[in-house]
Amino acid sequence: MEDKSIDREWKKGSAELLLLSLLEAVPRHGYEIGKLIEQRSEGALRFHAASLYPLLYRLEKRGWIHGQWVEKSGQRRRRYYRLTPQGRKMLASQRQGWRTFVDAIGRITGVENA
Amino acid sequence: MPDWKAEIRRQLAGLKLAPVREAEIAEELAQHAEDRYRELRSGGATDAEACRTAREELSGHERLARELRSVERPNAPEPFVLGAGSKGGVLASIWQDLRYGFRTLRKNPGFTAVAMLALALGIGANTAIFSVVNGVLLRPLAYPDPDRLLMIFESNSDFSQSSVSYLNYLDWRRENRSFTEMGAIRSDDFNFTGRGQPEHLSGEYVSASLLSTLGVAPFMGRNFLPQEDRQGAGCAVMLSYGFWKQRLGADPNILGKALTLNAMSCAVTGVLPADFRFRESAQVYVPIELYNSIELRTREAHMGLVAVGRLKPGVTMQAAQAEIASICAVLARQYPKTNAGHGAKAVRIMDDTVGFIKPTLMLLVGAVGFVLIIACANVANLLLARATARKREFAIRAALGAARGRIVRQLLTESVLLSVGGAAIGLLLARWGTSLALAAAPGSLPRASEIGIDPYVLLFTLAVSLATGVLFGLAPAFLGAKANPQESLKEGTRGAGGGRHRAEGVFVAAEVGLAVILLAGAGLMMQSVWRLLRVDPGFNPRNVLTAQVALSPQVMVNPPAIRPAYEQLLARVAAIPGVQSAAITSLVPLGESDTENPFWPGGGPQPAQDRMTSAMFSIVTPDYPSAMQIPLRRGRFFTPQDNLASPPVVVIDDVLARHVFAGQDPVGKQIGIMVLGAARIVGVVGHVKFWGLDADDQAKIRDQIYFPISQVPDKFATEGALGLTLVVRTVPDPLSVVSAVRAQVAGPTQDQPIYAVRTLEQIMSGSLAERRFTMLVLIVFAAAALLLAAIGIYGVMSYAVNRRAHELGVRVALGASRREIAGMVLREGMHLAGIGVAGGLAAALGLTRLLASLLYGVRPADPATLAAVALLLGAITLLACYIPARRATAVDPVVALRSE
Repeated sequence: MEDKSIDREWKKGSAELLLLSLLEAVPRHGYEIGKLIEQRSEGALRFHAASLYPLLYRLEKRGWIHGQWVEKSGQRRRRYYRLTPQGRKMLASQRQGWRTFVDAIGRITGVENA
Repeated sequence: MPDWKAEIRRQLAGLKLAPVREAEIAEELAQHAEDRYRELRSGGATDAEACRTAREELSGHERLARELRSVERPNAPEPFVLGAGSKGGVLASIWQDLRYGFRTLRKNPGFTAVAMLALALGIGANTAIFSVVNGVLLRPLAYPDPDRLLMIFESNSDFSQSSVSYLNYLDWRRENRSFTEMGAIRSDDFNFTGRGQPEHLSGEYVSASLLSTLGVAPFMGRNFLPQEDRQGAGCAVMLSYGFWKQRLGADPNILGKALTLNAMSCAVTGVLPADFRFRESAQVYVPIELYNSIELRTREAHMGLVAVGRLKPGVTMQAAQAEIASICAVLARQYPKTNAGHGAKAVRIMDDTVGFIKPTLMLLVGAVGFVLIIACANVANLLLARATARKREFAIRAALGAARGRIVRQLLTESVLLSVGGAAIGLLLARWGTSLALAAAPGSLPRASEIGIDPYVLLFTLAVSLATGVLFGLAPAFLGAKANPQESLKEGTRGAGGGRHRAEGVFVAAEVGLAVILLAGAGLMMQSVWRLLRVDPGFNPRNVLTAQVALSPQVMVNPPAIRPAYEQLLARVAAIPGVQSAAITSLVPLGESDTENPFWPGGGPQPAQDRMTSAMFSIVTPDYPSAMQIPLRRGRFFTPQDNLASPPVVVIDDVLARHVFAGQDPVGKQIGIMVLGAARIVGVVGHVKFWGLDADDQAKIRDQIYFPISQVPDKFATEGALGLTLVVRTVPDPLSVVSAVRAQVAGPTQDQPIYAVRTLEQIMSGSLAERRFTMLVLIVFAAAALLLAAIGIYGVMSYAVNRRAHELGVRVALGASRREIAGMVLREGMHLAGIGVAGGLAAALGLTRLLASLLYGVRPADPATLAAVALLLGAITLLACYIPARRATAVDPVVALRSE
């Protein structure tokens, strides 16, 4: 069920970029992040809890994102993650790297960059 | 739906994460699983399917644990103090504790300031008292081997320590085998002329052997030679360092120069070291054989001489005392008339110097210890309150793996930091306080000049501050470290361990109890001093100036000129405007000196020494009773007609009249007085409390005899004319006539100084100096104790009100009136204070007995004083509870309940 369309290593390499991108505009909690990845990739990409959370913790430990328990009225408290300034820099540089990588692959494979 | 949290915890178990981190991860992932489960269910999956899928996604074939292992480190050590054991070793962790403690104290400046101030008061007071004890009792006297130095007094039925006859001293010195050396000393005043203004100097007649006995070498020049300490030798003098420096400008060529003392030309042989002090601090020292008096050759004359001996190695004080006693027994057989019943008493020089003040100082040491305990209890309470507030902090640390011992150590470090900080401030307070107290009560302490902050005092302060830091920090530290992390983290603002409230109550009650003891002591002392001040001394001390006078050297060498010189001097002083009457006396009541003379009733021959009683013997001029306002009971006082040409007369006091002439009229009777012979009693005057306002009633010698100066035989005139005191009753403030008196006494020759100018009221209050000093110190301590106790009660009650805001809110909501609420708080405060007062009173009953010797006219267990103290503390408690009670009535039930 997992890794149906995209190779596991590819996903791993790009996962950080995905997470950082999703946190760029607003803070989100883990479940929301997983959901968004699934929706926006139209089901092509899926992160289950077992890989999503360790990755979040790793990014947090590196200081790229910061998690915080937030209590909203009528709800259980949830841990929301937001991008740190350092994370914002990393996102920009990873985006640039990804673009270069995709361009290169495109030139070689003849697949146009969308 | 399964218990996701438990499942996740199971998966994480192998990772050995810190408990708090594990809980956090479990919570977050459990939420995720739950959301996923709900989503699957709403998509149509069965419960079993949804559970299975969510579970699979969660663990991802052990993926979660694997991934987490690489991210999360087990029990990661935290940056400071949280760790169970740091790698840096003990020193590094102590340093860490100190840094962290410093930071937490700085974060709470209010708490830190209050705690430090309380400790500064406690430690400062202790340092002050210790610096006094250190300077007075502990620091050895400035002689080599001072423990081997003994003061030797004569003893008889009237005095256990009386001064020594010079001839007896010479026999002791010659006959004894116990002492390597023996010396003698006698204080006297000297008239210093020939260098500008005539001046009076305090001096000592000393034997040539005195300095070598003490083991003191002159700073400059040499000691007296034996041949200088001989009758008829030329006068030699040694100077004190201070006199040489200040009065003689530290003249480096002073040796061999001549100074005129009592009209004798005295060659300077040496200057004594700066720190030399023996009994009184004198300015000049003259060989004793030059004391040109008949008394020196009279075995019955005791003239204030004291002997000093240095024990031979291996000889005990008891053995030496026994030997001198046996010499005394031989002398008593040899000279029964003068020596019968005379023994000797040896006292270590340290005990002689400071022994009398020791009980008082020990009392103050005890009192000041109480102040420190109160301060400690106060700070312990503050720390307890803070420990409760910091419960979460300790719980988190414990949860993160901090060992309990480590938390205790951290808390103790903080309390020691507090106490050391307090000690630093206290040291300043002590320095400032002792100099203030010594200035406020001059003359109340021996060796006062040696009181100061020295390394021993610093060491003491450091030890006390470390000990107190541990003492008051222990209870809060253990209660703090006992915190159960899970409970504490869950717990809201309300409710806290019962241990803390019990401890708090105990501390406050103890504070109140100790304050009661100190207040009782201070109250008793105040009553004693107050009663003493109202004791009738037998004369009227108001508006009387006293001053010692010295006659011109030209007069002094001519005995027949001495009496007229006094008469003229008195006439000049009496003519000063504002002077009511003026007189001269050889003795001032309540002063430092006394003269006793044995007497016998009837005009018969002189009986043996031990068959006579002694009376206080004053030589006075006719106006003495009017200047002092001593009432005349019978007969008359002296008149100018009582002179050398008329038969000798005396006036006695009513104590002697009752004692010797019980029931008869003594006027007209004969009385024999040693050395002077028979005299006729012409009058009886009221008794004067010569020995002190309190001590006089118990004094052995209370009989008083007055003798007219105009009948002093010429052979005694010279020494009799030294150290006489002028007594002047004035209409205005007595100190306002000092310069006029000085000018009139100086006379036409301008060489008659007055000195030791004091009012009688000053002398009277000076006679209470020691007691007044004790009272003053106790009052200060009691006030500090009261303040600290009030702060303690206030702190505990306001904390209790805050803590119980919820309960109070419920009560108000249920209809309790504000008055009932306030009453409840007040009752609780009074309850605590009541326990303290009861305990304190019980202890005070026992402890105030230690004060007994300092009390006058009031029993140690004086019910009025104790009741007043209890009332005062009750009032203070009410006051301290007032603000918390007010706050309690202001609790808004809505707010209090919503805050839950």
